[in-house]
Amino acid sequence: MEEESDTRKINNSFLRDHNYATEADIISTVEFNSTGELLATGDKGGRVVVFQREQESKTQPHRRGEYNVYSTFQSHEPEFDYLKSLEIEEKINKIKWLPQQNAAYFLLSTNDKTVKLWKISERDKRPEGYNLKDEDGRFRDPSTITTLRVPVLQPMDLMVEATARRVFSNAHTYHINSISVNSDLQTFISTDDLRVNLWNLEITDRSFNIVDIKPANMEELTEVITSAEFHPQQCHTFAYSSSKGSIRLCDMRQAALCDKHCKYFEEPEDPSTRSFFSEIISSISDVKFSHNGRYLMTRDYLTVKVWDLQMENKPLETYQVHDYLRGKLCSLYENDCIFDKFECVWNGSDSVIMTGSYNNFFRMFDRNTKRDVTLEASRENSKPRAILKPRKVCVGGKRRKDEISVDSLDFSKKILHTTWHPHENIIAVAATNNLYIFQDKVN
Amino acid sequence: MFPKGTKRKFSDSGEEAACGGGDQGPSAAPAPFAAAARTLSSSYSLQRQSLLDMSLIKLQLCHMLVEPNLCRSVLIANTVRQIQEEMTQDGTWQIMTQALAAAQCPADRLVATEVLCRQTEAAAAAAAAVQAGQSPKPFSVSGLEEGYHSEEVVIDGDAEAEVAMSSLSPVSPQLSSASYLAGPFGMGPCWEDDEEDADCDEDEEEDSEECASEGEDGERHHLRADSRTGEQVFGTFEIKHPAPPPDPALEELFSDVDPSYYDLDTVLTGMQSTPKMGPYDLLESLSSHGPTALSSSATCRSDLNELDHIMEIIVGS
Repeated sequence: MEEESDTRKINNSFLRDHNYATEADIISTVEFNSTGELLATGDKGGRVVVFQREQESKTQPHRRGEYNVYSTFQSHEPEFDYLKSLEIEEKINKIKWLPQQNAAYFLLSTNDKTVKLWKISERDKRPEGYNLKDEDGRFRDPSTITTLRVPVLQPMDLMVEATARRVFSNAHTYHINSISVNSDLQTFISTDDLRVNLWNLEITDRSFNIVDIKPANMEELTEVITSAEFHPQQCHTFAYSSSKGSIRLCDMRQAALCDKHCKYFEEPEDPSTRSFFSEIISSISDVKFSHNGRYLMTRDYLTVKVWDLQMENKPLETYQVHDYLRGKLCSLYENDCIFDKFECVWNGSDSVIMTGSYNNFFRMFDRNTKRDVTLEASRENSKPRAILKPRKVCVGGKRRKDEISVDSLDFSKKILHTTWHPHENIIAVAATNNLYIFQDKVN
Repeated sequence: MFPKGTKRKFSDSGEEAACGGGDQGPSAAPAPFAAAARTLSSSYSLQRQSLLDMSLIKLQLCHMLVEPNLCRSVLIANTVRQIQEEMTQDGTWQIMTQALAAAQCPADRLVATEVLCRQTEAAAAAAAAVQAGQSPKPFSVSGLEEGYHSEEVVIDGDAEAEVAMSSLSPVSPQLSSASYLAGPFGMGPCWEDDEEDADCDEDEEEDSEECASEGEDGERHHLRADSRTGEQVFGTFEIKHPAPPPDPALEELFSDVDPSYYDLDTVLTGMQSTPKMGPYDLLESLSSHGPTALSSSATCRSDLNELDHIMEIIVGS
């Protein structure tokens, strides 16, 4: 495959000083909303930071579409479950935006156990001129009020408020790994290691368990659910992936409990590459429907695969993300990197896919031209508005200039979370505690 | 006598062999176990053994957590199952156990099974020691037993957690011991007894200090059930009674073999340090000392002192 000539520019990046970065600052999820106007990140400290795209300005064309902080709020707090004597981390595992229906924005955020619905709204006016209350907000003696004054709205500094509207709790015994909003805009699913629950966005005191793979005897447990997502158009269809590398498509019209799948996607194992790590590296870390709803993309440890919903026995396309690690699986098992959960995303037109790797590298694959590129999100190698250079990892033999050898890759710098603007070529990449936003070359 | 470097080589050359099935590598095995040696000397077997060891340690550490990463635990457990299956198929166990059985008296059975959970050289060393009339204490203590017990602390009095934990609890005992019952010794009932005894212990385990000695306690029960003669010998390992100083020659032997465990443990625990563990950090830090602490009674006591110190800090604060 030929390396795609680089067309990406660093737009802006939100860098926290490395010296002050703490564990809590590590970004654990990143997500554009459905218009691309907003971008949300969640971190290990339970905070959600929302960025808003600048309006285009004629005077500063280069500033087109820069993202600036819009709102920051504490979504989840650390909790302690006294009954089970265990701490519940505040880390935000996933954020999903609800399609915008009025002036306010809504998003769902989840940690290991609890999903919350947040409303983010603006306020730039406040009512003034009440005469029923005094300045301290206390009611006046009604006998002293002789006239009724209508309050008027006065402009004030723009204020962005985030308020928790719903808290969906107590439905998960295991750790929630994903949430997905349904296209009916009324329901969503939350998925943990063994179960999928269906919620109504308005109702917090009950949810419906639609998938349960917990065996009666936990000794027999050999498989867990790793991710689940609703179909983008068909509100009755959802897919979930497993640690054994398979994907199940379920139809909620068939039964209330979707234990029986209607489609089962799995690629037979290649006996020539079989090893003790075969199962671990085939475990799917992320599953995403294409925007058009025709394909499924899955990410396992070494590859990203595109599946046609009409073909269950093998993927339509398989892309190698970092095949040079195949010879290092033992070390990666030893240091636990082999269990890293990389996510994957589609571009707006489903023609390009992107996923992360180690050493702050991320990969893009053009499905039409079959070209791929490795880019790096790093402060050292990219200045704001600089053009990204494609990177290359050299595998054995002689290392050419500008190449990096497999042995010098930094496995502590990993890009697990990425998101792509729904319509434009703007991507956001989370690298540890830094968020990088890249966009197609302006002009 | 013992190939010091074999385990260390693992992370480097292990990759090719474990992934691609490469056949070069150090061939080293104690002379008395020639039959087993032929199989074990191939680097593939050694690496498979190392992978098994590593996986078991990882599982053990998983058990220390109240809520382990289920996906990770399941994947590791499946790996262990896979290795075990393969080893059963190619008869590695049988050769090993037969060789050991031929060489040893009944009291060594336990040590022999230890081979299944630990590196073979170590077990061989322990076995050889027994044969020479010395007590095989350091290696008779299985780290997995320890893991299993600490886990029960967690289970205490919570149905939901129990479910969660039981998902993992059976894995290690089953894989480390129970599944080998099918072996030529037929010592199944002994291990089951052990489990019952362990259950009785549950109440005392509230205190984390107790947990420190759990490994020994479990071991003690275990031995009592296993062989009458062993009781006396192994009784001395109970933490409350200081054990006699280990034979210097023996210690040297083990110091030759054991360090890989230090390394691996440090690596693993360093890696495992997630911020969420809360009250069970203590357990984990203890566990990290587990295998080493148990390798001599002296370290054992110093660990207890350390624990005392930690407890003081906790109580004080």
